[in-house]
This record gives sequence, structure tokens and C-alpha cells, in this order.
Amino acid sequence: MLLLRVFKKPQNFRVYMRQIIFEIDNIGISSLPIVAIISVFMGGIIAYQSAFAIDSPLVPLYVIGFTTRESMILEFSSTILCLILAGKVGSNIASEIGAMRITEQIDALEIMGINSASYLILPKIAAAMFIFPFLVVISMFLGLAGGYMMGVLTDAFTGSQYVYGIQAFFEPWKIGYSIAKSISFAFLITSLSSYFGYYTQGGALEVGKSSTAAVVYSSILILLFSLIYTKLFIGN
Amino acid sequence: MIEIKNISKSFGDRKVIDDVSFVFEQGKTNLIIGESGGGKTVTMKLMVGLLDIDQGEVLYNGQNFPTLGVKEKQEIRKKIGMLFQGGALFDSQTLEENVCFPLDMFTTMTKEEKLDRVNFCLDKVQLTNKNQLYPGELSGGMKKRAALARAIANNPQYLFCDEPNSGLDPKTSIVIDNLIQSLTKEFNITTIVITHDMNSVVEIGEKILYLYKGKPWWTGNSKEILKTTNPELVDFVFASGFMKEVFNAVNKK
Repeated sequence: MLLLRVFKKPQNFRVYMRQIIFEIDNIGISSLPIVAIISVFMGGIIAYQSAFAIDSPLVPLYVIGFTTRESMILEFSSTILCLILAGKVGSNIASEIGAMRITEQIDALEIMGINSASYLILPKIAAAMFIFPFLVVISMFLGLAGGYMMGVLTDAFTGSQYVYGIQAFFEPWKIGYSIAKSISFAFLITSLSSYFGYYTQGGALEVGKSSTAAVVYSSILILLFSLIYTKLFIGN
Repeated sequence: MIEIKNISKSFGDRKVIDDVSFVFEQGKTNLIIGESGGGKTVTMKLMVGLLDIDQGEVLYNGQNFPTLGVKEKQEIRKKIGMLFQGGALFDSQTLEENVCFPLDMFTTMTKEEKLDRVNFCLDKVQLTNKNQLYPGELSGGMKKRAALARAIANNPQYLFCDEPNSGLDPKTSIVIDNLIQSLTKEFNITTIVITHDMNSVVEIGEKILYLYKGKPWWTGNSKEILKTTNPELVDFVFASGFMKEVFNAVNKK
């Protein structure tokens, strides 16, 4: 029911566009630092652990690059990154809308004759679905760069072996698959978090509960859908 | 003009509004008064459609609001300004953006015209040159005045004020009361104020509905209320020692 109200025709396209741009900054651009830090470290950790896991001389060292690339593209930069964003963005959305509900700001919108569900939620969904793919691609590049830096700094493997590995057996569709996953997760995170925020009743304690519920349910659904996507597109 | 006819509302088994009828006149400050939990805010929420009505009619110039479609309701709501108890200003927006918000959404005014209108409204509530402040930077009284500026930005025909004086000192309360009354007269608005502040009742009550346990118990104006003999209303109005002295003085005359 809430989504039906959310996807009604916007009352003023100009105002909605302004909101979408604001949300792209709020949801996406402000998440860049955490995305960058986590991606670089995760890429480095995956590469380093792979290097230590390979103790057979029969396995070539370029496998480290290959493993890092596959891990980053298929799971980390889409699923794990979205889990992290569910924590950051999801709790932010639920608490923002929840606080608006308990301070009667949503009632104020309704009294003005504004479809509050659409005005508050649609720009967030649109902004997240637009910006998450960029975050995912940035995360992939930074993760692979993190792996390279780790190898070079620790001498666990050479840069050329690593670069060869990340190019080996490359299947471009996997990037598209990862981006598509992130778009669906963006929808899940923003719509679920908005739902919990929109239907908050009570006071500050309930806003906190809505925020927690938004993160928990978003995370569970992200993992569930990731499993389904893996079975559908990778397993088959 | 807004007319409510035999409206009722229950929450579960508890009837909170019981067969209330009243006419809120245009160009007058109409008050709904009563004890806490007496049904004042519920009545107002029923009138603006924030709660669904169980029974009865809410007529905005003859149009029965609860039976209208979504679009018709939105059209009426565009003519409503509302001052919420806590102000309900948008925290992430400056005063200028808050007041400009209904203009952005519903008018085709140019940027300059909108800015003129915002400045006019902020002047009216004595917040001149406070355009760039955020709600978090305002005192309680300033928040109420800013919310009033936003409520009148789009030239409303109907103004609802939910306890505009709650949490304010007596001097600021009178400023808010006088603002509401002067705006009502100047723009010929149908104003409905919910209050249990007796200063407000005496100051601006041109037409008063007293609700007692959800029922319409008494109607009159600010002069008549001081001479009332209705026992429940006497208990409510003259609850304080000071008001009892006022009551005795009025009755001696």
C-alpha cells in the first residue's frame, strides 16, 4: 500500500528532481569515504590471505589476482558493500523519516496537500538506485587496487603476477550482474527503511527501534536475495 | 466557513468524540477548549482528515470533506494552513526554505516573487531577516512564529492552530495570540484554535466550543465564558485561584 502511494505521479517534478539530487549527495556521495576505505582494505586482505593460502608450487601466483577479482566483483562490491550501506543509509533513512513522523512533520506535509509518502520516499529510492552502481564500480576498482598495494608492499606476490591474474578468464557479464544486484539491493534498503520510518509511532525510543529493524530486515533480505541470485545466475 | 455536523469518533470501545456539531465562522477566531484528553486535538484531526471519521460531516463551504476523493481533498488541503503544537518545521531546511515550501510545491511564482512572499510572511510574524536560520537555532516562540509564517505562505482560507501557546511564557503567548487574531482579520481566514490557555480564551475567543469528555458542553464567546454557570466549565475556567478572583469580581459587578 505504501509503495502504491510512493509511485504515484509526482506533484511537482522540479521539486522532486531537486530532492533526488540532494539524496544522491546524502546517500551516495557521503558514503564514498567508507566505501573507499572498506574496499581498499578488503581487497588487500583477500589478496594477502589468498597468497598465504596458496602453498603449493603447482598453483600459479596469478591466481591471487584472479581470486581477488572474483571475490570483489561477485560478492564484496555488491552484497557486502550493500550490507554496509544498509547499516549506514538504512538507519539514516529510517531515523530521519521516523523523527519526521513523531514531530508531526509528515502530518504537516499531508495537511499541505502533499503526498508525503511519495515526496519523502520516491527521491530516496530513485537516488539510491542511481548511485549504488557507481559505488559498486568504484568499490571494485579500489578493492583490486588494494590487493595490488598489499602485494607490492609486503612482497607476498609481484605486481605483474597480480595484474595478469585480474585479467585472466575475465567475464564482463559478471560486472553487469553485480551492478544489477546492487540496484535491487538499493531498492530493498531504501524502501524497507522508509517503511519502518514512515510507520513509526511513539517517541525517540521507537525511532531507534525502527532504525534497528530497518537495518536487520534489510540485511537479512540482502543475504537472502544474494543467495537466490547466486543460485539463479552463477549456480546454473 | 467550516461546519461540523454530528461527528463521532471511537478508538476501540472508547468513544472520544460524541456527536459534536459546530459552525466555525470566517473572519473569526474560533476556539475549541477543554481539558487534556477531552477530544480537542482529535476533533481537529478529524476536521483536516488526519484521522478517519466514524460518523458525521465536515463541511468546507458546503463540501463534505470525508467523502471527497484524494484529489479533491488535496485541493481543499492546499487552502489549509496549520500551526502544529511543536511547530513541525522541516529540520533540514532554513526558515526561508520552510516558508517557501508550499509556494515551491503549488505555485508557478518566480524566484523573486517567492522570496518577496517569504519576506512578507516573515515580517508578519516579526522574524524579519531571519531567513537563513535553521529550526534548531530558534527559541520555542520563534519556532511557533516561523510555523505560522509557513502556514499563511500560500494564502490559506482556513487556519488551524493546535495549542499555539503550549510551552511559551505569558508574554510570548500574547504575541502569538495577537498575531493569529490579526492575520485572521487581515486575510478574512476561518481560524480554529485549540487551547486550554485561559489567557488565550479571554484574549481572542470570538466563538468558543467547550468539549467535555468528547461531548459539546458549552458554546459562547470570551465575554460569556466569564459569566458562565455551567458547573464543568466553571471548574475548567476558574481552576486557578487567580481566575476564581476574576470570577468573583465579574459576578460582583
